[in-house]
Formats: sequence, structure tokens, C-alpha cells
Amino acid sequence: MGYNFKETMNKPERLAGGHRMCAGCGGTIAARNVLRGLHEGDHAVIGNATGCMEVSTFMYPYTAWEDSYIHNAFENAGATLSGVETAYRVLKKRGKIDDTYKFITFGGDGGTYDIGLQSLSGAMERNHDMVYVCYDNGAYMNTGIQRSSATPMYANTTTTPVGSESNGKPQNRKDLAAIIAEHDVPYVGQTTFWKNFKDLHVKAEKAIYTKGAAFLNIMAPCPRGWQYPTSDILEICRLGVETNYWPLFEVEEGKWTLNYEPKKKLPIEDFLKKQGRFKHLFKKENEYLIEEFQKEVDRRWDALVYRCGR
Amino acid sequence: MGKRDRLSGNEAVAVAMRQINPDVMPAFPITPSTEIPQYFSSFVANGQVDTEFIPVESEHSAMSAAIGAEAAGARTLTATSSCGLALMWEELYVAASNRLPIALALVNRALSGPININCDHSDSMGARDAGWIQIYAENNQEAYDNFIQAYPIAENPDVRLPIMICQDGFITSHGVENIELMEDEQVRAFVGDYAPEHFLLNSKESMAVGPYATTHYYMEAKKQHAQAMVNAKQAVLDVAKEFEKVTGRSYGLFEAYRLEDADYAMVLIGSAAGTAKDAVDELRDKGVKAGLLKIRLFRPFPAQEIANALAHVKAMAIMDRAESLSSQGGPLGSEVMAALYRARSQALAVNYIYGLGGRDMRVEHAEGVFEQLRQIADAGEVTDAYRYLGLRE
Repeated sequence: MGYNFKETMNKPERLAGGHRMCAGCGGTIAARNVLRGLHEGDHAVIGNATGCMEVSTFMYPYTAWEDSYIHNAFENAGATLSGVETAYRVLKKRGKIDDTYKFITFGGDGGTYDIGLQSLSGAMERNHDMVYVCYDNGAYMNTGIQRSSATPMYANTTTTPVGSESNGKPQNRKDLAAIIAEHDVPYVGQTTFWKNFKDLHVKAEKAIYTKGAAFLNIMAPCPRGWQYPTSDILEICRLGVETNYWPLFEVEEGKWTLNYEPKKKLPIEDFLKKQGRFKHLFKKENEYLIEEFQKEVDRRWDALVYRCGR
Repeated sequence: MGKRDRLSGNEAVAVAMRQINPDVMPAFPITPSTEIPQYFSSFVANGQVDTEFIPVESEHSAMSAAIGAEAAGARTLTATSSCGLALMWEELYVAASNRLPIALALVNRALSGPININCDHSDSMGARDAGWIQIYAENNQEAYDNFIQAYPIAENPDVRLPIMICQDGFITSHGVENIELMEDEQVRAFVGDYAPEHFLLNSKESMAVGPYATTHYYMEAKKQHAQAMVNAKQAVLDVAKEFEKVTGRSYGLFEAYRLEDADYAMVLIGSAAGTAKDAVDELRDKGVKAGLLKIRLFRPFPAQEIANALAHVKAMAIMDRAESLSSQGGPLGSEVMAALYRARSQALAVNYIYGLGGRDMRVEHAEGVFEQLRQIADAGEVTDAYRYLGLRE
């Protein structure tokens, strides 16, 4: 699996333009680049939880997906694709089809961390030969920026609004990649849009071509929900990685590997201050909140480093 | 040639599934349908079928996986009861709207609460508007026969709808009866191969399933679905005719038992028909013209045919094994009364709620209902059209 940037980027698009996702949407960037992990000639069935991506890419009678595609409901993308994958195995066994298919499902963090967690957990535990990709933008963006269990602490959302008695979301975010890794699935990767996307492309290909269940967690910023100019997306992702807020790691057959360690970790303010959802943290009297945030980032980083045996 | 056996209703349906040898079965245990996936798992384990069984983590996932598998081009079935069907609710509509001919063996059980594991029809009656075909059985033989007929009905190109084959929890699901089974080869030939026109795993054309339909398209989708349900009635009759050719056992939209010249009729669904038939026979011996209409097909609802079959009776009792808590009676009561109104019938009709949560309906209960019907007919009016049968004082 040698990585060739030019070859990867020259692959035909499998999510056609003309869909209705927002300009600068992280979810779309995630989907297009995960699909670059597919080998040419291989078919795919794409699954999708209800969310922005589904309502914007498959509005009857148009679909933006070149491959076969199934949307079912919000909370069951895992179970739905597990049914498709099982159908593939049995139809192949019975000699009714002979092409090679891969199975990739996309869900936002709401459909993955929260309402779809049971269905995802079941599909992972049963070890279906499929990839579940979470495009994590840290809130229910389709319904208008409500907090999810992926929303970071102190983020201003429409169900954790900042007010005289509130500094935004009071709780920490759930570490879903670790939870899925503890299902003992063959492959888990966490990535984002970083540098020339090699990290994402390589992890996508591994996830797709590792036999059994695989999970990819991709930080995919939402310009509306995070409140930043659309052109800042790559800088925000870079800062997410360089502040250790969004570490790049993978877990292969239970072995944890840190894929990148900043030479000089940047302070979390650098990541937060680019985003309107954290604006209130930069008031003079709220400095302690940033300190709390930093402590949480450091604690999680240390735990990750420990898991990676370093 | 059939072969005689003694089986519970659950085992009979499991045997039908084995004979069909479907592609995929996702299932989750719930009383009283648990035995069906249990039996089926043993068929898989012993190589009697080459179906892929998916031991999902909930009924919601069972129906979700069934939708994925069926859309992918695999003949798919599952089994459930009560709260399991309730947990599938959202997905029942999705399966039907996607026009996926999934077969579901439903073992009827009361919905919570209070929690109760015994028979009534509140589960399937609650799902009556989900767009599934619903067929009910009186006994184990019918549950088996109906399941064999399920796919030829559901997969008919004019229909393409999911189908629920219902039987009464514990009463038939766990009761062992004599039964006549078809030969495996007969079943395979009768059910045939599944060859969908469009499916996800067709390498010649990709396909997208489950669109967002805006206001411009949603209503047309519903109308097409409604038309498919209209078409299903003829498919049920056609398949029954073919089935009779193979087995000699005859089925229709409903069974009319000593109804032709009846003055007093009972309309009901499911296993209580056996009890009601005993009551009818005893009353006939005494010269009372009692009769029974046992619903087989509830969705689509054969309203015209039912109204015609009841047109001559003096008074009737419509028996509901489910409440609808509308203050007006049960779901079958509403449907039959609407059918009578459309047929401009002046029949006197009363709606009974009976058998909830496994409450027995005994022969003397049924005889009591017929006695009430005689009084109603004599009085020429119905004073209380919404009654309970067998309630403890």
C-alpha cells in the first residue's frame, strides 16, 4: 500500500459536484477524500445516517453518489450497512454476484456518538466487513447547531447557549474512537484535514481494505456551527492537531499508534480563538475556562500517549 | 404430497423459513417469538439452510439490517413480538415506503404497559397504518400456510410490499397441534427464486435508496404505495389459488363459517375463531342461526367483501383483541363499521374488546355474545356499541 499523492488525487470523484452541501463544508471534504481510498474497479455501497449529508446529496430525483447508496434513518446507519454487507456475503456465496464491493457508511457525530451509538456498537461487535466513518463537526448541525456528546466543553450551541448563568456546554466530549477501539475491531483511525491529506487517504484505504469492521473518526469543521470564515478550515484543522486537541492516531489489532506528535505543542487558545462558538472564553473574567480546557486537552493527550506505549 | 407432523406454531413457521431458505435473517429475541430465530439458528448451525443469520442488538437494528439486506437484493425475513415490533416502528414505515418485500413473522403479544407477555393484537394493530400487508392465522396450520404464501404475495411486481404474517402468542405459537407440512421441494418451487429488478449490488447500474423527498414528491410516493396496497388484495387471492392447487387447502380474504344464512354474526381475528366456531356449532344445534366471519387479510382491508358477507345478518359483534383507546372501540370495530356504512348497511353492530393481555375467551363467553346479539336484534337498536367481554367484576 505505497502512497502516491498524485495518483490518489487523480482518481475520479465518487461524490459528484452539484450537491447542496454548504460551501466549505467539512463533511463533504471528508466523504470525497475517504472515497479516494477505494481502489479503481472496486464497487462500493455507501451508507448514510440522516443528516446534512443525506438531505443534501440525495434529494429525489437526484443523487450525487456515483456508487450505490442507501439512507435509512438517523440512528441505524451501522445496522443498515451490516444488512447490506451480509447480503453481499450470501449472494456471493450463492453465486448470484461476482464483483467486489466495499461498504462505507457516513454519519455525523449526532448520528454516531449519540442516537446511532447502539447500532454502531452492534455492527462493530459483529465485525461486519465495513467502514463506519464519522464526520465529527461536534454538534447537530442539520437541525441547527444543538449540542451532542461530541461537542467540546464550553462550546456555544443552541441547546447550550452562553448566557448570564451559562458558559456553554458544561460537559466534556465523549472519546468515541477509544470506545470503538475497545470493541476490539481490527482497525480504528482518527484523522482530519491535515497537510496534504496523506494521513486521511492512508487511513481510509487501510480502513476500507482491512478485513472486518473499521471505524474512522474525522474532525470535519462546520463553518456555520463553529462560526469561522469558510477559507479558514485547513488552518483550524492544523491548529486542532498542533494543540493536541485532535490527535492523529490509529489502533490496529489492538495496537495503538500515535501518528503525529507536535514538536512544540501550541496553546489551546490558538485553536479556540479562531471559532466564534468559543468567543465568550476570551472575556477577561473567563480566562480560567481556557485553563480548564487546556487541562482537559493535556489530560487526554497523556492518556493517549500512555495507550500508545510511549 | 404433504407430510403430517405435530408442531407448535413457532416451530411450524421456523420450518417454513427453513424450507424457503432465505438469504438473510436478522433477528433479536423477544417472548413469545424467540423460538423462531432459535430454531432457525439451529438450521444454520446444522447446515440445513445456507442463510446468513445476523444476531443484531435490537429489533430496531433487526428491521434496519433487513432493509439494508433486502435493498441489496437479498430475500430477507425476521420475527418479533410486541415491544419488539414497537421498537421497529420507524423502520416498518421505511421498509414499506422503500417497497421492500421483507417477510416478518409476528407472534402477537400485548404491548406494554403494564408489561404482559401474553396474546393480544395491540402490536400489529398499532402498525396497521405502516403500509405492510397483514395476514392473520387461527391455528398452526394457517400460520405455516400463510408464511409459505408470504413471498409470492409480497414480491409480486404489482405489490412489492413487506408482509407481516401474524399468529397468536402462546395460544398458537406454543400450542402443539397436528399439522400438514409441504415437501421442501414443493415449497422451493412454490416460492421460487428472488430476482429483484433493481438492487444495490447490481454492478451494471448503481442505485440509490432512501431519498429525501420534498413536498413535490412525497405525496406521489404515498399514492403509489397506496395503490400497491390496493393491488395486494388480488395477489393474495391469486397466490391462495395456486396454493390450493398444490396443497388442497383453500384460503381467501376471510373465512365465512356458517355465515351464509346466519342471523347473528361474530367478526374476529385469530385463534379465538376456534372457540367461536364451537359456540356457533352448539347454537346451531339449538336452532340459533349463528355464524362467524374470521378475518384473514387485515391489510389491505377487504371492506366491500366483508360488508357483502355480512349484509343479511340481523346483528353482529365485532370482536377486537386490541384497544384503540379512542373512546369508540377497537380498530377492527372502526374498520368494519366504516365498511358497513359505505355499503349502506343498516345492520346492528356492536364492538367488543376481549382477550387483552392473554385473557381467555371461552365458549360460554362467545355464547353470551350471541345471546346479546339476539336481544339487540329483538330490540331493533344498539344501546351500547362499545363493550368489554370477560372483564373481572
